[in-house]
Formats: sequence, structure tokens, C-alpha cells
Amino acid sequence: MSEQHVESRPLEYQSEQGRLNILGFWIFLAAELALFATLFATYAVLFGRTAGAPEPGELFEAKDTLIMTFLLLTSSFTCGIAIHEMRRGARNSLMTWLVITLILGFCFLGFEVNEFATYVQEGATLQSSAFWSGFFILAGTHGLHVTLGTVWMICLLIQLGQRGITKITSRKVFIIGLYWHFLDVVWIFIFTSVYLIGMVM
Amino acid sequence: MKLDEFFVTGEPLIYGGMVAIVLVTSAIIFILTYFKKWKWLWQEWLTTVDHKKIGIMYILSALAMLFRGGMDALMMRAQLAVPNWNFLNAQHYNEIFTTHGTVMIIFMAMPFLIGLMNIVVPLQIGARDFAFPFVNAISFWSFFFGAMLFNISFVIGGSPDAGWTSYTPLAGAAMSPGPGENFYLLGLQLAGIGTLATGINLMVTILKMRAPGMKMFQMPIFTWSSLITCFIIIFAFPILTIALALLTIDRIFGSQFFTLTGEGLPMMWANLFWMWGHPEVYIVILPAFGIFSEVISTFAHKRLFGYNAMVWSIIIIAGLSFLVWVHHFFTMGAGAFVNSVFSVSTMLIAVPTGVKIFNWLGTLYKSKIEFSTAMLWALAFVPSFVIGGVTGVMLGMASADYQFHNSYFLIAHFHYVLIAGTVFACFAGLTYWYPKMFGLKLNERLGKWAFWFFLIGFHVCFLPQYFIGWDGMPRRIFYIMPEWFTLNFISTIGAFGMGIGFAIFIYNVYYSYRYSPREETGDAWGGRTLEWATPTPVPPYNFATLPEVHQLDAFMEMKEKGETTFEEKKLQPIHMPNNSGKPFIMMLILFFASFALVFEWIPLAAIFLAGGFIMMIIRSFDYDEGYHISVAEIKRLERERRGLDHE
Repeated sequence: MSEQHVESRPLEYQSEQGRLNILGFWIFLAAELALFATLFATYAVLFGRTAGAPEPGELFEAKDTLIMTFLLLTSSFTCGIAIHEMRRGARNSLMTWLVITLILGFCFLGFEVNEFATYVQEGATLQSSAFWSGFFILAGTHGLHVTLGTVWMICLLIQLGQRGITKITSRKVFIIGLYWHFLDVVWIFIFTSVYLIGMVM
Repeated sequence: MKLDEFFVTGEPLIYGGMVAIVLVTSAIIFILTYFKKWKWLWQEWLTTVDHKKIGIMYILSALAMLFRGGMDALMMRAQLAVPNWNFLNAQHYNEIFTTHGTVMIIFMAMPFLIGLMNIVVPLQIGARDFAFPFVNAISFWSFFFGAMLFNISFVIGGSPDAGWTSYTPLAGAAMSPGPGENFYLLGLQLAGIGTLATGINLMVTILKMRAPGMKMFQMPIFTWSSLITCFIIIFAFPILTIALALLTIDRIFGSQFFTLTGEGLPMMWANLFWMWGHPEVYIVILPAFGIFSEVISTFAHKRLFGYNAMVWSIIIIAGLSFLVWVHHFFTMGAGAFVNSVFSVSTMLIAVPTGVKIFNWLGTLYKSKIEFSTAMLWALAFVPSFVIGGVTGVMLGMASADYQFHNSYFLIAHFHYVLIAGTVFACFAGLTYWYPKMFGLKLNERLGKWAFWFFLIGFHVCFLPQYFIGWDGMPRRIFYIMPEWFTLNFISTIGAFGMGIGFAIFIYNVYYSYRYSPREETGDAWGGRTLEWATPTPVPPYNFATLPEVHQLDAFMEMKEKGETTFEEKKLQPIHMPNNSGKPFIMMLILFFASFALVFEWIPLAAIFLAGGFIMMIIRSFDYDEGYHISVAEIKRLERERRGLDHE
């Protein structure tokens, strides 16, 4: 591929390895999709099998889950702005928006930990019934992904500070952007098919 | 925990196993130390990111696993040879059939094929390496340590004993306490990480790194079958990951997914397991089809007949493989409608598979067949596999399955397809690509002896099992009734025949290393695809200059035009990745984490798991950009390996 043709593309796509890594990550996300689809299927199959533990409708709170949704969706938006700033070559702005994304992610996790702790106090634990096993593992797997994402983002912030926006760091930031948006999409499914349906039924 | 709980005690066979492990390990350590090979081992092999070396390590490990799984098989056949014999007790027998199945599918068949893909696919598509060489090394070590974790179970802690399918509730904490089942869950989980990573890695490699001009429908058929296999891996392995994780959490942390209490659903395991497990069958059979196609076309000296039909039938088989999982438990009681749907989808797979059979026959038709060892394996595959396939259709009829279910008829069926398909392909592929891997051919005479022993042994072993199945002998029993004696005894003789065939094959590796002439051309068989365009031993960068591809069988075209992959005027420095010890260390740490989790030592497991994450963070900060091989160095390597120095 000629260099002129490559120059017209965004920085993260300019190197061969950048293009390979980004495609590889898309395929990894396909595998993640299969992983979450399996968890959703398990949850759906076990729905209502609460064995005397509290019903989801008794515990799910519209207010908290709406706040969590708001936090995560906003963080996806700020992450998008970060990528936009990266394309402009503005390192400080990129890092600021990433830090904002990170803070929103931490707030989301804080709410989730609090939510889980409340449920456990109310007698709905991982062990109490098949339904709650399904719930904690589905929501927990998403939460674990968010946690990993935050650690990853911190690593990238340090690298951006050390090296600035290069072909390699821009590739890494772009990829974590994909990851972060993916987690948002999964959350929308959790919000609708777990919380909304759980509150209604 | 007391020492006699930690180690398995009380079984003379296992004491023998322990002694063997200690002896072999000491011998290896002694030899490495005596010949001062530790540094060589670390620098050339343990830290390598070269796809060819990783492939060789995959195949060596898979051969070791074939030996282990084969020993399990022989012990089972010995126990079943004579009625009311006490060679193995019931518990030991359960453990052995569990490990036999798991080892053969997860730690033998798949790694063997992935090893061949590792070596061959980049060469076939004219690529210099995998898309992600570092990840490739991680994949290998995750498989290797997963296999090690599973294999030490028989001396430490005790083997799993719930069958390779690990059906719940039998495999749950209540009915299978102790570490055995945890070894199964965590061994597979650890190896599964690597398989998924390989799937992504190979897919990107095939999609993005083909030689200039090579279109999708000009890819060699083995590459096509690898690509579709990757597709199956990417969508099937996450299901296994979840299934294993859920059962692990059930067993160690007391959740209720598959339990009989708390409204858990034990049958959900069967569904999850086979939603992965049936596609898995095609993960180990599609690459085998690819190998046979390459071998048949090379030794029939003819272009593959119906290439497009071949590719499309692979794609259709892959799609259908996800839609048939319920046929593994028709008798579960899902109802007539569900069973009918899965019965029809199952039998549909016979159609594209039949198309492929005709493609192979069409390739052979009016061709000049060269009966080399690799070709013999491929030729023997066709009728043997058809027997397995036809009995598969019989099993696919839900109503008839109520009769065949869990009988030896089923055992005979899947051994016919998996051995005639996958194991023959492993032998065919290894024999065929051996000169590319090691620069010498395996001895043909010994190869044929191995082939005939194995082939005859195979039919003598498994053909009677169809009839024992009809006689009503169920699977997973360790005592046979007197009226099943004759056929079982014949079957056992056949099993030992296969063992002899395998032993000759291994001896052949040693014999050929000592006595076979070295390959000089690189094109050992008059090959048709690009891997034969490289010199042997293949240089680290594979292709000094990348070939231009215009058609299927790209190397045939190059030979006609007199082109090579060494156009001195076009040489440029080649970028190469550096070796790295990180994949090995990372997976070693995760091995310890899994081992701690097997024994449910949670704090220790957490510490090692944190260690694994720290390794990932270290990798994230690793900006190793590799190095370049200079034009002068390329010239020197190519001239030496192509024997051009004498000009």
C-alpha cells in the first residue's frame, strides 16, 4: 500500500500493525458478543426460579438503575469526544476527556457495588437461588469488564503522558474506545432485559 | 491438607505412573544439563514467537497427549477384553474414560490441527508471520499449561470421573466432591483462552495478510478450512468459557446454576456443553478435510475437483454445526417437535459432507495416483469415514436413537468419524508437511507399516462395536457380560494393533532423523501451493520476496513461469518481532492460579491471578518494536538454503 494513500487515513490506521490490531479487536468483540449472549440466555432460562428468595421486582430500583444507565451512556459519549480530540492531535484534551470517562466509569462501578451489597443484605445472594446466580453473574461479568476497562484506561493515560499521540498509542486508545462502547451496548441490553423486565414482571 | 490426600495413593498403576513421571523428568533435566542445552531451550523454543516453531511445539505436545490418551484407551480395552475381570476397579475406570475423551478431543486433536495450521497457513497464503506473533505464543503456552494442569490430576488430587461431557448434577459439588472435576474445569478453561486467541489471530492473518493478488477464492483449501474453523472457534468457545465458569462457580462458590437445589437446572449444562461441543466436532473435522484435500490433490497430481463446491460445503457445514446440538440428548425428553427439528438439521449435514466425498472421488478419477504414505492415509479415510457418516445418519433419526442411545453403536460411530477423520488427517498432514517442518522426509517403508497396523487395528477395534451395541452393551460400563465376550476380545486386539501402529510411527520419527536424506529443494512432493515455494529449513521470515498470485495452485503457476520467492533485485529489509519470555511466564503464573483454584485455596489463587494481571499491564507498557533482517543477511540465508553458493 502506498504511503500517500495511508497518510489520508486516521493515525491509528496508518501502520500495518494498527490495521491488524483493530480488525483483531473487532473479531474479539464478536467473541465477547457470543459470551454475553450465552449469559443472557442463561439468565432468561433461569428467570423466576427464585426458590423463596426475594423476587427481582421487590429489589430492582428504577432510580438507581437509571442513574447507572445515565452514567455509562454519558461515559460512552465522553469517550467518543476523546477519540475526536485524538484525531485533532490534541493530547491534553484527549487525556482530559479520558479522565472524565474514567470518573464516570468509577461512579457506575460504585453504584453497582452498592446495589449488589443491598441485594445481599435483603437476602438475594449468589447462592440463594438459580435466578440470583444468573443475575449476579450476568451483571457481575459486565461490571468486571468495566473494571478491567478502567485499569486499562489508566495504563493508557500513563502511556499518553509518556509518549504523546503516536501511531501506537492512538491505536490503543481507539481500541479501548471500541471496548468501552461495546460495554455500553451490553449495558443497554442488561438495562432492558434484566432491570426493566424484572421490574415489570 | 495431608500429603496422602494431596497425592493419589493406593493404586499400583498410579504408583507406576508417578515413578515414570519422576524418571522422565529427571532424564530430561539431566540431558539438558549434561549437554548444556538450557540456554538453547529458552532462547530457541520457550521464548520463540515464530509460528513454525510454535507449530512444532503444538504437534510434539499433541503427540505426547496422543500417547497418554492412547494408554487410557488400551487400559480400558484391557479391562473390557474378558468378562468379570478386575484389572481396573469401577472408580479407576470412570476416571480413565473421562480423561481419555477429554485428552483426545481437547489436548490431542485440536492442538495437533492448530499446530499444523500454525506451520502451514502463513506459508500457504504467502505471509511472513501471524498477525499477532506474541499472542500466538500466549496461545500455545495457555494450551500447554492447561494440558499440564489436566494431566497432573492423575497423580495429584485425583482425576475427574464424570465423563468428558461432565454432565451435571453428577459433576456438581454434591455428587463429585474433591479436586478431580475442578481439574477438568480449569484445565479446559486455561486451554480455551489460547484456542480463542488462535481463532482470532488466524482469522486476521488469513483475511489481511495474503500475498499480493490472492483472492479469497484463490486460497488453498486447507487455508479455507482453517478460516472457517476459526469462525466456529470464535462463536463456540465463548459458550464453553461461560459453561465452565458457571460450573466452577457452582462448585467453588456455591451458586445454583446446575444444582438440584435452589431451582437450578442440571439439563442446562447439557445444552450449553453441546452448543459448544457440537461445533467442536467440526473444529476438529474441517481442518482434517482440508488436509485430505491437499494431500489427495498433490498425490493425484491434479487440481482439486470442484474447489468452489468444496469451499461452500465447508461453509454450510460450519453453519449447520450450530443448529444440531440437541441430537446429543434426544432421550432427554424435549418432545417430539424439538427432536424432529434437530433430527432434520442433523441429517442435513450429510448433504454437504457427501458433496465433499464426491469432490475427493472426482479428484482421484482418471488421475495418476502416487501411493505415498500420506496418500494412503487420505485414501483410507474416504471409505472409513463414510461408514462413520452413514451410521451417524442412523443415529440422527430421533426415534431410532432411543435404541442406539448410549450403546456401543454410538461409540463405534464417533470413533469412526473422529479417528478416520481427524487422527488419519493428523498422520497424513504430519507425514505430508514433515519435510517442510524438519527438512527431511519420514521413511516411507516404516510409514506404510505404521499405516497398515493402524488402519487394520482401527477396523478390527471399532467395527465389532457396532454389533456389540446392537447386542445391547451400553457405554461407560467396566464389566462385560459373557455373551459380549467374543466381539469385545476382537475389539481389544484391534486396539493394540493401533497402539503398535502408533509406536512404529514414533520410531519412524527417530529412524528418519538418523537415516533419511536431507531435503534440498524445499518442494518435496511436487507441491501445488505456496508453502512448497520456500526453501527448507524455512527461514524465519518465510518469503524473501512475496509472490504475486493470479490463480489457485499459485506455486504451479510460479513453477511454469520459472519464478521463485527469492528475486534478488526486489529484496528489502524484513521486519521481525523479537522473542519474548513473557507469554511463558504469564501462562505459568495463570497455571499456578488455576492449580490453587483447583484445591480451592482462594487467597493463593487471588494472588496468582493478580500476578497474571500485572503481567498483562507490563505487556501493555512494552513498546518492543522488533528488529530488521538486512538484505545481506537475507541473501546469505537464501543462498545457503537454496544451495546457490556453488555457482
